[in-house]
Amino acid sequence: MIAQAGTAPAPNAFWRRALRHRSFVVGALLCLLVLGAALLSLVWTPWSAYEIDVASKLRPPSSAHWLGTDVLGRDIVSLLLVGARATILVGIIAVGIGLTCGVCLGLIAAAQRGWTEEVIMRFSDFTFAFPAVLSAIMLAAVIGPGMVTSITAIGIFQIPVFVRVTRGSAGAIWAREFILAARAAGKGRVRITIEHVLPNILSILIVQATIQFALAILAEAALSYLGLGTQPPQPSWGRMLNDAQTLLFQSPSLAVYPGAAIALAVLGLNLLGDGLRDLLDPRLARQR
Amino acid sequence: MSTAAKMSATTPLLEVRDLVQRYTLPRESLLRSPGEVLALNGVSLSLMAGQSLGIVGESGSGKSTLARLIMALEKPSSGSVLMAGRDLHCVSADELRRARREFQMVFQDPYGSLDPRQTVARIVAEPLTALENPDRETLRVRVASVLRQVGLRDADIDKYPHEFSGGQRQRIAIARALITQPKLIVADEPVSALDVSVQAQVLNLMQDLQEQFGLSYVLISHDLAVVDYLCDEVAVMYLGRIVERGRPEDLFGQCAHPYTRALLDAVPQAQAGAVRRRRQSVAIASQSFGSAGCAYAPRCPLADAHCREVAPALRALTAHHSAACHKAESVMALPPLVSEPHQPLVSKPL
Amino acid sequence: MMAADAPLLDVADLGIQLTTSRGPAKAVREVSFTLRRGETLGIVGESGCGKSITALALLGLLPDSADVSGSIRLDGRELVGLADADYCKLRGNRISMIFQEPMTALNPMHTIGHQVAEPLLRHTGCSATEAKRQAIALLDRVGLPDPARRYDAYPHQFSGGQRQRVTIAMALACSPDVLIADEPTTALDVTIQRQILDLIADLVAERGMAMILISHDLGVIAENVQRMIVMYGGTVVESGTTDAVFSRMGHPYTQGLFRARPRLGARRGTRLATIAGTVPELADLPAGCPFADRCTLVVDACRAALPSLSEIGAGHGVRCIRTDAALSRDPAGVIA
Repeated sequence: MIAQAGTAPAPNAFWRRALRHRSFVVGALLCLLVLGAALLSLVWTPWSAYEIDVASKLRPPSSAHWLGTDVLGRDIVSLLLVGARATILVGIIAVGIGLTCGVCLGLIAAAQRGWTEEVIMRFSDFTFAFPAVLSAIMLAAVIGPGMVTSITAIGIFQIPVFVRVTRGSAGAIWAREFILAARAAGKGRVRITIEHVLPNILSILIVQATIQFALAILAEAALSYLGLGTQPPQPSWGRMLNDAQTLLFQSPSLAVYPGAAIALAVLGLNLLGDGLRDLLDPRLARQR
Repeated sequence: MSTAAKMSATTPLLEVRDLVQRYTLPRESLLRSPGEVLALNGVSLSLMAGQSLGIVGESGSGKSTLARLIMALEKPSSGSVLMAGRDLHCVSADELRRARREFQMVFQDPYGSLDPRQTVARIVAEPLTALENPDRETLRVRVASVLRQVGLRDADIDKYPHEFSGGQRQRIAIARALITQPKLIVADEPVSALDVSVQAQVLNLMQDLQEQFGLSYVLISHDLAVVDYLCDEVAVMYLGRIVERGRPEDLFGQCAHPYTRALLDAVPQAQAGAVRRRRQSVAIASQSFGSAGCAYAPRCPLADAHCREVAPALRALTAHHSAACHKAESVMALPPLVSEPHQPLVSKPL
Repeated sequence: MMAADAPLLDVADLGIQLTTSRGPAKAVREVSFTLRRGETLGIVGESGCGKSITALALLGLLPDSADVSGSIRLDGRELVGLADADYCKLRGNRISMIFQEPMTALNPMHTIGHQVAEPLLRHTGCSATEAKRQAIALLDRVGLPDPARRYDAYPHQFSGGQRQRVTIAMALACSPDVLIADEPTTALDVTIQRQILDLIADLVAERGMAMILISHDLGVIAENVQRMIVMYGGTVVESGTTDAVFSRMGHPYTQGLFRARPRLGARRGTRLATIAGTVPELADLPAGCPFADRCTLVVDACRAALPSLSEIGAGHGVRCIRTDAALSRDPAGVIA
């Protein structure tokens, strides 16, 4: 039983198990849907997402405008498709920043221990205690609101999460006997970190990244809603919510569409994360 | 026929001099100063090339600490470890790395000591790749040849550890230790995690490899029979000190320390009519340090006032046998323990 | 009530099928044994032979996916298929267990006193002060020094042997009829092992309990139980009184296990007799004798069907069709 714990399954077997895992499949489909929408918007949208046509504002769904139009007469479907771009872009870059910096710092903390670890962990505590919205406001004051501001603010906010996850799981790997065996073979800390520690915590990091991606989408929507993120005329799901707010009682559907898009994307990522966690950890997989 | 050859004839392969290792315990209270544990309290030993030394003791005796110090995985509080005359704890990091070619380690847990995400080829090659950068083909040839030496097949080279049983994993761990052609292998409880029927296979393999390559083992075990099977000399450790040392036949035949006797007596015997042999109740081991006198005195049935005041030093009893006990002679004079006789599988006629 | 010679525990034709990641596995097949009041039974075998699963089945602690067939009767009452709520009333009360690893068997967040008193409060309905008084008496009986003062101490403040004493006190709290000890000393040093086994033996004799001692160590079995069963590949391959089995080993596996152990005083330079191959995985056990692939006496008929248990002496059963050949082997030759 112990024999199969924490092992790397062969790629073929992995996909066979993956396709049988319900939440993984549903999550992956939802994520592909969002990704597909973003890619599609690069080549085609039913209408232009930037063209204002006040004459046909607030139209109900029709064969021309499948989900109707907003207060400026823009096609909702087109806005959702283009908005997916901002969502994905912010998510990927922000999680990328958090993942790269966080994992490096976490690995260093776990490998060095002592005062290095102390400094890194206190720094990450400090960053964690600082709300993303507050840093976004401060950044906006310096470089003005926009996508760069929201990406930077969200990215910085992600770092301490990854530092902690990495330090915790890497610390557990450092305590394992095969690390002692590698040291007895003459390997240094850097090589042990790259060759033994990182591959063994990779699955944990991938799962954490999907969860953080979901949080980044929510944060992006929140910042755009507050007017600190993506700026008009660039559409984003958060901005659409912001625009819908004033008309909430006249046409509530304006808020429902972007809200549903955000919810589906976050749900998809969470399901994908759950699925990956089960699939990458055979111990968890067997209990199902 | 150089001076080096002559050197190796007289210099022990491994020499440990007065090794002391102190660990600081985590603070139990903010106001009290943190406690200390003397994991090793002045251990000295030496081992000639081709010979094997067994180290026996219970948990807390310091035997695993000794293994880690011999492998230069930690720095000792004081004392030195000399590998072929060179002090491992005084050389530069780079020199130590190169010296590691000469001594490798096999760990207790065949499940924990192999990286689950690496193939057998990478695991076995690690001691080599840590030192040099050989090309892929020569590396695979060498890995395949050591795998064959430990009784695994060439086809196993690209598998992952979870595809093997415990005994096979321990063979992988031994192959990994062999790949640099070391002179010494430190084995920390190499068979205690294995099933009985598989233990024998691994012990036979270790014996074959010793004959074939002239290896030396430092074999750490709690099982006296395992040490008896593989070693030329045995040291019994108790609370960080060596309390008795000698050839296995002397030590197990006529032990001179009451602790060794207690260990021997405690081994359960597989035979018909094994009546429950009761030992006189012994007080639970007190692990308090720094007290004067013999560390074993609180558990020892022979202890007297002298034992509690003056700590006995290791002294020679015969040419090959020494013990740290004031009453070694009276312990040796005790009647021999009933040992499991050579017992047939069928003792009654059909 | 019951007749005096009626067995306390009667296990008949027990079979357990588990669902693993590699499909269904017959973890236990055709296991039968009886246990009378005051009797001690040893189960010996290697990892994966089904001995721990059998113990868990007695306690009703198998995973929900496990499929149990056959019968387990305690004082005539059928336990297979018993509702979990009813099992909870038995566990710790009439059947209790001592585990291998005392550190993991104890909850690190509770004091040892709380953990010993808990089964008393749960099953006997006595008052808290009475439970505490009894718990202290129990801790004193298992040889924990100064139990009244250390009642509120936490598990990490004790040594391994002392922790095992605490788990024994827990298991004994409600004076169970059957005590199951699953490798109770494997995690302990040899000198401590002796003390713990002596303690368990004393308590079993003192309270007239029946005990099942599970171990991989033939020596521990030989010294501590009256009757033994040898398990391999999920089934009983040999059973009988300890004296009978050790004086006449009828199954090639029992013989192999006995010979493979390194022994003190076996001459250096000799080789240990080994059993070729490895312990089979439960998921792919052969249809016939599970030992066939490792046995030197194997013939084609061994692989055809699981042999039945045949008697070679009074109450001494062997599940082997080649037992005559095994018994007539020259033992001296194989050992050297």
